[in-house]
Amino acid sequence: MYETTYHRPSSVDEAAALSARDAEAKYLAGGHTLIPVMKQRLASPTAVIDIGRIPALIGVEVSGDMLTIKAATTYFDIMNSADVKKSIPAIAHLTSVLGDPQVRARGTIGGSIANNDPAADFPAAVLALGATVKTNKRSIAANDFFKGLFTTALNDGELITAISFPVPAKAGYSKMRHPASRFALTGVFVAQMKNGDVRVAATGASQNGVMRVPGIETALKANWSASALENVKISPNGLIADIHGSAEYRANLIKVMAQRALG
Amino acid sequence: MSAIKLTVNGKSVSADAEDRTLLVHLLRDQLGLTGTHVGCDTSQCGACTVHIDGRAVKSCTVLVGQANGSKITTIEGLSRGDELHPMQAAFRDNHGLQCGYCTPGMIMSAVDMVHRHGGKLDEATVRQELEGNICRCTGYHNIVKSVLDAAGRMKVANAAE
Ligand SMILES: Cc1cc2nc3c(=O)[nH]c(=O)nc-3n(C[C@H](O)[C@H](O)[C@H](O)COP(=O)(O)OP(=O)(O)OC[C@H]3O[C@@H](n4cnc5c(N)ncnc54)[C@H](O)[C@@H]3O)c2cc1C
Ligand code: FES
Ligand code: FES
Repeated sequence: MYETTYHRPSSVDEAAALSARDAEAKYLAGGHTLIPVMKQRLASPTAVIDIGRIPALIGVEVSGDMLTIKAATTYFDIMNSADVKKSIPAIAHLTSVLGDPQVRARGTIGGSIANNDPAADFPAAVLALGATVKTNKRSIAANDFFKGLFTTALNDGELITAISFPVPAKAGYSKMRHPASRFALTGVFVAQMKNGDVRVAATGASQNGVMRVPGIETALKANWSASALENVKISPNGLIADIHGSAEYRANLIKVMAQRALG
Repeated sequence: MSAIKLTVNGKSVSADAEDRTLLVHLLRDQLGLTGTHVGCDTSQCGACTVHIDGRAVKSCTVLVGQANGSKITTIEGLSRGDELHPMQAAFRDNHGLQCGYCTPGMIMSAVDMVHRHGGKLDEATVRQELEGNICRCTGYHNIVKSVLDAAGRMKVANAAE
């Protein structure tokens, strides 16, 4: 393994202090992105700060109309949480189709959104539900958090502590899985909020990472049904084209995945 | 170097190792438990699957520092002396392996799967749950058959205890 120093702080403050001391250090949560990229020498942190066992960063809470998932909660625990299944079942479903069982045993929601992979699942839920990303410094609205491929509003050393999701009236997620990597070839999260707002986000599709889909939002606001999307046209401009699929293919997938997400 | 303390297959183990070592390397190179395999460099194949605190994980993607203090079970820890674990016996009886490279990881994933589903498994669930384990030989057919067979045997074994 790459030459690096390992720290296991026991609190958020201790983790932040370790990070402040070393600009080249990185937080380590589930390690299911960071360790593979270190093996490939695509990342070479001088130190890794393991936040995976800090009690304040683990668990799920519901209060009123808010579901809060703490940053280092694993996918496995999210998927099996009675609170998640009851308040936002679409999140439990999203988690159950993320990666494979071993990945779900280790990977965390905080790691996923800090990494902001353009084909990751959780950014779609966070953006579509208009969640709030809480850090050790501030609260960041989902609309302001994702800044393009592998880029977020987080400053150096800033630690995500939790993500708070408003409980929607209705929500769903559907993805076309890449058969080898399990990531989203395109995945769409649809949400109808309790105030009537409709928000839709697609992952795996845009060259700039997770994005809202206004055409689908307008159609679903008028009529929350799969048939309402029949005549919606999604532009392939700016969408990913690679060996797995053209931009036109992904444009069509956005519509089809949105229809399936409606259930 | 750090003093790493683990419980491996029921025995307390102290090892001098760098925290940054991959768990699979500690198991294979320092503890001599070479049943756990390395089949890829991308965290995808599952040949390195072991249980950490009861859950199947890819030991090529866990640092020794992260595992410090945990209970680890490897493929060597499943049998009782000469008596194979029901999952191992089912793989043998159903011809669930060819070259055998993926088999330790398959078995560790499958045991965790049966534990999590309480023995209620069908073919579709087994196929879905084996997504983290790649086999280049068998075409999976007999692996799925082995897991379903073992799920039945493990239920009977639990009932008898
Ligand atoms: C085989 C395989 C299949 C996968 N399939 C999918 C899939 O289908 N869909 C999907 O979405 N993902 C998939 N992943 C990625 C997986 O979800 C990762 O777990 C996730 O991207 C990163 O989460 P982590 O907890 O493992 O983070 P780590 O790898 O520990 O960290 C990732 C990055 O985030 C930073 N970080 C972590 N936590 C915080 C925090 N609280 N605050 C600030 N920064 C933080 C780290 O410093 C690092 O830069 C897959 C991974 C593998 C290995
Ligand atoms: S060696 Fe661990 S997943 Fe392939
Ligand atoms: S039996 Fe050869 S890889 Fe599975």
